[in-house]
Amino acid sequence: MSENQNPQPSHDVTPHGGDGTLAQADRFADPGVPEHHPRLADSDPRAAKRNERLIALLFVVSAIGTVGSLVAYFAVRPDGTTEGVRLSTLLLGVGMAVSLLGIGIAAVHWAKTLMSNKEYIEERHSSSSSAEVRETVATQFQDGYKDSGIARRPVLLGSVGLALALFPLSIAVPLVSSVGGDWNVSKFRHTLWQKGTRLAYDPSGRLIKAADLTVGSVAHVIPDVPAEERESHHWITEKAKAVVLLVRLDPRDLKRDHREGASHDGIVAYSKICTHVGCPVALYEQQTHHLLCPCHQSTFDIADGAKVVFGPAKRPLPQLPITVDDEGYLVAEDDFNEPIGPSYWERLK
Amino acid sequence: MSTTTPSSPAEPTTPVGKTADYLDQRTKIGVLTKQLVRKVFPDHWSFMLGEIALFSFVVLILSGFFLTMFFEPSMALTRYENEHPATMHGELMSVAFASTLDMSFEVRGGLLMRQIHHWSALIFLAGIVVHMMRVFFTGAFRKPREINWLVGVTMMILGLLAGFTGYSLPDDVLSGNGLRITDGVVKSIPIIGSYLSYFIFGGEFPGEHIIPRLFTLHILVVPALLLALVGLHLFLMVLNKHTQYPGGGRTNNNVVGSPAVPAFATKMGGNFFIIFGVLALMGGTMAINNVWNYGPYDPSPVSAGAQPDWYMLFLEGSLRLMPGQAEIVIGGYTLSLNVLIPAVVVPGLLFTFLFVYPFIEAKVTGDHREHHVLDRPRNVPVRTGLGVAFLFEFILLALAGSNDLIATHFSLSINTITWVFRILFFVGPVLAFWITKRICLGLQRKDRELVLHGHETGRIVRFANGEYIEVHRPLDEQERWLRVNYDAHAPLQIEPAADARGVKRKGYKSDKRWQRLSRFFYEDRVEPVTPAELAAAHSHGEHDELEPTHSAPELVSGSGDAEREH
Repeated sequence: MSENQNPQPSHDVTPHGGDGTLAQADRFADPGVPEHHPRLADSDPRAAKRNERLIALLFVVSAIGTVGSLVAYFAVRPDGTTEGVRLSTLLLGVGMAVSLLGIGIAAVHWAKTLMSNKEYIEERHSSSSSAEVRETVATQFQDGYKDSGIARRPVLLGSVGLALALFPLSIAVPLVSSVGGDWNVSKFRHTLWQKGTRLAYDPSGRLIKAADLTVGSVAHVIPDVPAEERESHHWITEKAKAVVLLVRLDPRDLKRDHREGASHDGIVAYSKICTHVGCPVALYEQQTHHLLCPCHQSTFDIADGAKVVFGPAKRPLPQLPITVDDEGYLVAEDDFNEPIGPSYWERLK
Repeated sequence: MSTTTPSSPAEPTTPVGKTADYLDQRTKIGVLTKQLVRKVFPDHWSFMLGEIALFSFVVLILSGFFLTMFFEPSMALTRYENEHPATMHGELMSVAFASTLDMSFEVRGGLLMRQIHHWSALIFLAGIVVHMMRVFFTGAFRKPREINWLVGVTMMILGLLAGFTGYSLPDDVLSGNGLRITDGVVKSIPIIGSYLSYFIFGGEFPGEHIIPRLFTLHILVVPALLLALVGLHLFLMVLNKHTQYPGGGRTNNNVVGSPAVPAFATKMGGNFFIIFGVLALMGGTMAINNVWNYGPYDPSPVSAGAQPDWYMLFLEGSLRLMPGQAEIVIGGYTLSLNVLIPAVVVPGLLFTFLFVYPFIEAKVTGDHREHHVLDRPRNVPVRTGLGVAFLFEFILLALAGSNDLIATHFSLSINTITWVFRILFFVGPVLAFWITKRICLGLQRKDRELVLHGHETGRIVRFANGEYIEVHRPLDEQERWLRVNYDAHAPLQIEPAADARGVKRKGYKSDKRWQRLSRFFYEDRVEPVTPAELAAAHSHGEHDELEPTHSAPELVSGSGDAEREH
């Protein structure tokens, strides 16, 4: 604190104490707590009486609110429709609000107008304990340390450390081994699509004929699986990876596929799961062939290999190779050739 | 509390006295209550902001208890058989979603409780944020309250976690997509991302475990931690005694205010009922999260214009602003910086700032004293500037999280909005800091002006020689005390690099760095008026009252003349 390394001309303008405070002599004197002004109700008994009545009235209003909410509960039975439930909710809520606000406003008004508002001054004491107390505590710990004898028995120190460090394992190992299911993270790489899987509309499961799709039409697509499988929980997890967006473009507009030869006669099928953080990419703009993710606005150009034209995604959407089978239905030629959805560390391995 | 204080050592006769005697003979509770009953609490509206958070939390527990009676945290599939809502009849959905519909439509008052619970969560976090703003801008985090600040920041993060886990429980389309985004963010974490995703979901997203797991976190782990920390927070508040705003008679050695019983406790209790009442009114009149309009979770649909709850908007906005080019591949391994930076690094930096700020400020101030009198924000311009810059960033990110709504409501291009926000992300906080700091310095100068020259009265007086002056009315001593009673800290001064014998000193470089930071904080400062300056201003006579003072060291600046505007 003794020397300023880069003395600035202004630093000597004001004298400073060690911590930058002005010396007390240079300060104004504290004028003390401002004079206490009595409120109207303190001096005028009629004003006090008025406030008393008002506060009592507010408490009564609260009681009426409670009764009102009970009346609403028993009298207005919701018929189950949205409107009925809304009405019941409204009446119950308003009754409850009146009941609570009556108490709250009455209490605050009481405190502010009728209870003494005289200010009191309480001394503060240092937040730290005194030097004697600290010394006593230090001595106590030293005595305890000596009594334990741990300083003379290093073997004990080592062994207790070992035991304490190891014991959580008996809980942690079974937990960690099961908490992640089978821990088989390579499942990210595969979806339900395989060679010959037919494309079906989501959610009806109806199969899609190439001839049914007009240029510019969009379809939300799932793999064709038996109806009962679509009612299993497993299906939601599989569907989360397998959903596809199908678009029929004018073949002249189609600049390129993301995957060589994956489209069929202007029909392209891309994974619907955004390569950013995995939202379903659902907003298709017909004129520009842009596909927009409503979550974070990553924009993909469907006519140009689903490359990213804007937003926080880096990679194009994976393309599902499709063709038509003998009956004219659209079928997959293969699974996606890369993991769908957001990037992860070992994605390319 | 008052009922348990024994009134006299004599044999008690009243029931209250007997109860108090019974308790005290077994617990010595009199000692504790003696200190609490008439404990003095300073009064100010801004001290109520923390109560908003506290009482919203109480309402959350009350309404949450109601909801747990009817909610079933299961992802098993079921077909919804109830008639209402008609759109959901016969739909396949998880039991969690079905029980949410059931408690909304079949349990009378259930929808009210759901809506109160949801609104309380939004107000809880808003209460925390404004309370933190009050604490930050008034310097209430300074010694001895740094620990309580850390407790508070931790509670805010737990509050975010509580909100997030609760939001996801109904298993509807919106919250399901929120979980999917979480999964995407988790996967972006280098090396362990995929495994962490499996850890959370018990396998692939969404799996069958996430709702029960979130439920346990939401109703047990997070609230238990929050309750414990609320207890600690209040305990430390009582232990350190509350801070007070500057004013006559308020010093670092006292606390001026009203006693706990009756006025303070009554106001606090009343405030609880008012907050509960407002939340009940919101729950009764304002629909929120009508999950039956979204439908049960299905990985395929998503709606445009979907927004997370407000406290998650900054993360959403951060994700939206980051350009995708940042994703890189190193040695065949993918590093998704386009997700990692906005969703992990940015919030990490924001939270780190909150955690470390009190310690940084104490260090650059060289301050080891206890502070119980609050700062007026203008008197610490750099702190205030940093706080506003932080808020600017937070609000900007939240707005970016609504960029699609801004685009549709104001017919603007979403790409343009995103680009403007990207630039503002870097430029905005700097501008916000600089402008705020200048405003603070300006207000301090205004204070000096007032103290030295008094209020303008609008009374013009003509002298015999034809000269006109406006009469100024001096400040009364309370007004003046408020404006002169503060410390204008100067930058740290450090020991020289080498001692008298030319031996280099250890730690000089580190000291030098701290000094540089200290200059950033305290180089520009406005000193409070001293009695000598006031006397000088008066001795110049009436005439000077119209003229600016050239002599007063009004603004002390290390950077020389640049700051002297007069």
